[in-house]
Amino acid sequence: MGSSNTRRDRPATTNQMVAYLMHHLQTLIFSLGKIYQSPTTTIMTVAVIGITLSLPGGFYLFLKNIDAMSGDFRSTTQITLYLDLKVEEGNARKLQKEIDLMQQVQSTDFVSRHNALETFRQSSGFGKSIDTLSANPLPHTIIVEPDSNADTFAVKTLLNRLRVLPEVEIAKLDTEWLERLYTILEIAKRTVAIITLLFACAVLLIIGNTIRLDIQNRYQEIIVTKLIGATNAFIRRPFLYGGIWYGLLGGLTSWLIVEIGYLAISGPLGRLNLLYQSNLVFVTFSLHDFIILLSSSTLLGLAGSWIAVARHLNKIEPT
Amino acid sequence: MIEFHNVTKRYPGGYDALNNISLHLGAGEMAFLTGHSGAGKSTLLKIISLIEKPTRGQALLNRINLNTIPRYRVPYVRRNIGIIFQDHQLLFDRPVFDNVSMPLVIQGYRPQEIAKRTRAALDKVGLLNKEKSMPITLSGGEQQRVGIARAVVHKPMLLLADEPTGNLDPILSREIMQIFIDFHQVGVSVLVASHDLSLIDELQKPVLTLNRGQLIENGLDENFQQTEYYSSVGE
Repeated sequence: MGSSNTRRDRPATTNQMVAYLMHHLQTLIFSLGKIYQSPTTTIMTVAVIGITLSLPGGFYLFLKNIDAMSGDFRSTTQITLYLDLKVEEGNARKLQKEIDLMQQVQSTDFVSRHNALETFRQSSGFGKSIDTLSANPLPHTIIVEPDSNADTFAVKTLLNRLRVLPEVEIAKLDTEWLERLYTILEIAKRTVAIITLLFACAVLLIIGNTIRLDIQNRYQEIIVTKLIGATNAFIRRPFLYGGIWYGLLGGLTSWLIVEIGYLAISGPLGRLNLLYQSNLVFVTFSLHDFIILLSSSTLLGLAGSWIAVARHLNKIEPT
Repeated sequence: MIEFHNVTKRYPGGYDALNNISLHLGAGEMAFLTGHSGAGKSTLLKIISLIEKPTRGQALLNRINLNTIPRYRVPYVRRNIGIIFQDHQLLFDRPVFDNVSMPLVIQGYRPQEIAKRTRAALDKVGLLNKEKSMPITLSGGEQQRVGIARAVVHKPMLLLADEPTGNLDPILSREIMQIFIDFHQVGVSVLVASHDLSLIDELQKPVLTLNRGQLIENGLDENFQQTEYYSSVGE
């Protein structure tokens, strides 16, 4: 072709850029119009994506809350000192004051053996059998709360220092169950990661399949546009934008599903909070989470449609 | 504009759709391509519009060798051709204006330019008042004219039409042919495949006749002599 002919009346370069961007914008809106024109397919696809993504989304939120709670537990790490039975209450209280002044100690609490027995009598239901005991088997206890910013090592050091005190029979750090909880949390986190990965693949397949059907439905249109000189990039574009829309709308739907689910269980959660006399704050998606959710669903949409387009579009040639 | 040098197109199975065809359609020339169905008209048009490649021989479009054109260049070469189909191949999900403007949108024209040229093309085929109509609401003749407007909107150097009047009555057919003649008169090269021999006779334009893949009449070449060469198939 003579270049004078193909370039004839070509818009100037800046205008060409504008026209190119305009075309992208038009395609973006056009593809939205397309999916609006077939509401049933769109709603079904978007719903499937939304439900699929809401599962990892929900799990994520669940873990996020457990994590926040375990943060509370972390700050309640305590060392319990069971004193020797022979230690008198006066000495025990003096020891409590000494410990209270130690470094790395936030606060201390003293439970006398008498109080401990009373509490046990009331809460255990063994009141009568306890009355048959000739002597109180419980020791005085001092509950030591380490500095909130003390790390595990500092807490262990403190524990060792307290353990060797002559009055102390047993010094116990309540970390074993916490370590177990963290391990369980770690397992849960990895499980959620695997689930998220699998469901992301599912979304990829769903969008890929929808776009594939879309390509088949518009077979004739693709042929015609190829014959009038459309490049593959031009033909690809509306399908890619379609995938982006599916992903974005699916992400929004999943967010909505999780939020509604959260609202539905927030009532009982609040009551549970009351029952445990704790003041845990339950969290939902933050803006950051929301943006990550939407951008990853949009990216999944783009990737899914890209796969479909790469596999099916280039095979379509006029015959 | 179009040059064929001993072009043969053999389909898998050994069937020769075109057999040793040589022809030359100069810039601004108009010709009719005729022959019974299966004579190779469609194959010839497919080679020009880069849907098929010749098995042997050379096909040139405006001195570009169509045998060796790389895949990525195909869309750009096609932009020099306006193709009109028998069944007009309009897209029924969008109005007439959007159908006609497609070649311009594909080539990245500015919106104002697109509107101007699209209306000019619609005006040429007498459908300026139908730009907002959906193609399905138009008659067969009007649909075909929309197809023509789409083929000419980007001012191609060559118009190719494959049985453009195949589905139309004689009066409409004559109207459509007259549109092609009008474009020819403003300098566009036109090649129309048709089996409507009476209409072709009437229009007094050069005729290319194909028979079983061979060119048996070439109105574009005064010195043309039919070669005594028969296809090995079907004889």
